[in-house]
Amino acid sequence: MYLKSKDLLGLKDITAEEIQYILDTAKTMKMILESKNKKTPHLAGKSIVTLFYENSTRTRLSFELASKYMGASSANISVAASSVAKGESLIDTGKTIDAMGTDVIIIRHPMSGAPHLLAKHVNASVINAGDGMNEHPTQALLDMFTIMEKKGRIKGLKVAIIGDIYHSRVARSNIWGLTKLGADVSVSGPSTLLPPEIDKAGVRVYNTIQEGLLDADVIIGLRIQKERQQKGLFPTLREYSRFFGLDDKRLLLAKEDAIILHPGPVNRGIELSSSVIDGERSYINEQVTNGVAVRMALLYLLTRRSSNESIN
Amino acid sequence: MKVLIKNGHVVDVKTKLDGIYDIFIENGKIVEIGHDLELINGDVIDASGMYVLPGFVDAHCHLRDPGFEYKEDIESGTMSAAMGGFTSIACMPNTNPVIDNESVIRYIKSKAKQDGFVNVYPIGAITKGLKGEELAEIGELKFAGAVAISDDGNPVSNSSVMKKALQYASMFDITVISHCEDRELSDEGVMNEGYQSTILGLKGIPTAAEEIMVARDLILAEYLKVPIHIAHVSTRLSVELIRNAKKRGVKVTAETCPHYFSLTDEACSGFNTLAKVNPPLRTRQDVDAIIEGLADGTIDIIATDHAPHHADEKDVEFNIAAFGMVGFETALPLAITNLVKPGHLTMNQLVEKMCLNPSKILGLNKGTIEVGRTADITIVDINEENIINVNNFKSKSKNSPFDGFKLTGAVYYTIVNGNVVVREKVLL
Repeated sequence: MYLKSKDLLGLKDITAEEIQYILDTAKTMKMILESKNKKTPHLAGKSIVTLFYENSTRTRLSFELASKYMGASSANISVAASSVAKGESLIDTGKTIDAMGTDVIIIRHPMSGAPHLLAKHVNASVINAGDGMNEHPTQALLDMFTIMEKKGRIKGLKVAIIGDIYHSRVARSNIWGLTKLGADVSVSGPSTLLPPEIDKAGVRVYNTIQEGLLDADVIIGLRIQKERQQKGLFPTLREYSRFFGLDDKRLLLAKEDAIILHPGPVNRGIELSSSVIDGERSYINEQVTNGVAVRMALLYLLTRRSSNESIN
Repeated sequence: MKVLIKNGHVVDVKTKLDGIYDIFIENGKIVEIGHDLELINGDVIDASGMYVLPGFVDAHCHLRDPGFEYKEDIESGTMSAAMGGFTSIACMPNTNPVIDNESVIRYIKSKAKQDGFVNVYPIGAITKGLKGEELAEIGELKFAGAVAISDDGNPVSNSSVMKKALQYASMFDITVISHCEDRELSDEGVMNEGYQSTILGLKGIPTAAEEIMVARDLILAEYLKVPIHIAHVSTRLSVELIRNAKKRGVKVTAETCPHYFSLTDEACSGFNTLAKVNPPLRTRQDVDAIIEGLADGTIDIIATDHAPHHADEKDVEFNIAAFGMVGFETALPLAITNLVKPGHLTMNQLVEKMCLNPSKILGLNKGTIEVGRTADITIVDINEENIINVNNFKSKSKNSPFDGFKLTGAVYYTIVNGNVVVREKVLL
């Protein structure tokens, strides 16, 4: 099996089979990752560039380590978000990187759709590492991988996504991916932070955290950003936390064996209490490990696909 | 110069012509309309099987000249208009410099006279520099030749400024065209707010951003008892507000554009920047309401909002792509395909919306086929199907979301001031 597209731009546009295939491949990669000698030749001779228009620590490092563990040459480019409008156009930057023989470009960009634009104009495979409010597919894949690992399945599970859904690319990618694999997904958050008509995406929508948490198998907390409060979308972080913060008491509403995920970095005491973050049902650190495995799998599958193409 | 148009189906609302007639044109004027007219020495156009209509009048376009000639200029813009069957067009003042003084009006008029393929009528600014603060010299603009005033592209956000503008403009009997948008609500949005903006992760512009301003302007016009023209209506509630205002006797006229009765926000899928326009493409229920508003007379005219942009301004991230689409060369086929063929509008109604009403709103002596008038005539085949190809456009810009669409209806001849400018679909 091969992935159909040269790029991974989002989970909205790929099939359940492709998602499953990436997750299965990631299992093998995790074994490599957990072995003493973290080195495989899968990407030997491949060149990978991360092109980040936004700050990132964990996603970028995760991709970079995934590339290095598999023997690829990698390079990083950081572009200040402020120069997007006035600097070199994304297409021109992309073509330059392409011309240097890059096999994969991993892009993070503050504007939704930027990876799609790039992908249209380069021969390299493009991986979306987060675009605006649109998608962050590798984050959702690692969430799904973690769920599979802990729960053995995704189909039929009740997954509660809680927080700022409106601005969250993580939420969108998870909604597409999880619903494709048969999960029963709900989103809960303040009404000003829910995107319009999100119910049409096949999710239940709640304005209280209690309804969202009820009988949940999986809870995905989202980072609440302080700038949203400055824009007047909710009054104070204190009030947010009062109505939507996840603490031990509220956790009782979920199933006894519910697991807790969060894309990080976490605002301790705001969206999650410290006792929840550090509790035994939280798999936030394991998510980070799985992120490397999922990205290794994806890099392998996309470059294998392009090698196969060039042979034909 | 003598031209005889033979055997075409003439539709004219003012003179109530609706049937097969011959039209004889001499020295730029229509001199006779009748049957079995003959012309020995001159240009005879066989219009059998086609509709002979008054030349289309566009009350809303952007020619980008002066200042943005890399997008369009008066020559290319009027070529494009002629190809679309437009014989008179009114261009918006968001040029550089802005059309807020007599000298820019003079420049446009003289350049149009020299390079133009169709009649060009400048629209002046409501406020100096389109800033929404101080009134432009509206009297001077009117006497220099402005046919209307508008800050199009920008709303006049301050209600007090808008009130004064309506009051002051009424003294000069010049139409005020309002771009209705509450900028606090549209707040950097880039497409319609709804399911489509949600799944693309793009910031939405709520329909309320338009409707609140439509309501405000209707209230001001009613309060002052002065006329107002609402530009590019795109939402169901805007139509409803205007319909109610008309019932109350408010002197409001309204326009929509072909894209608002042809496309929904689903056209933005895949981050298609060609579908990025302001006001944004809305949903099916809005499209249906726009069509209903056209059919029942709530919406008086169809204007193009022809808004050319260079490819480099569209081949970018959706957030920073320019708003707008070219419109002259697809207006008629879209109207035929989406309004006339499905039975929403008769040809008579179409002539009202594209010829007579816009002419009235701009105070032009156009939009009709009548003996003694200047011969501005467009001849169309309403049955011919074509695949739209933007590379054939005469506009400098190709930013149309309709590339590749199969549409019915084609402009065969455009006659401006008695001169055949487009013959057999070819610009002369």
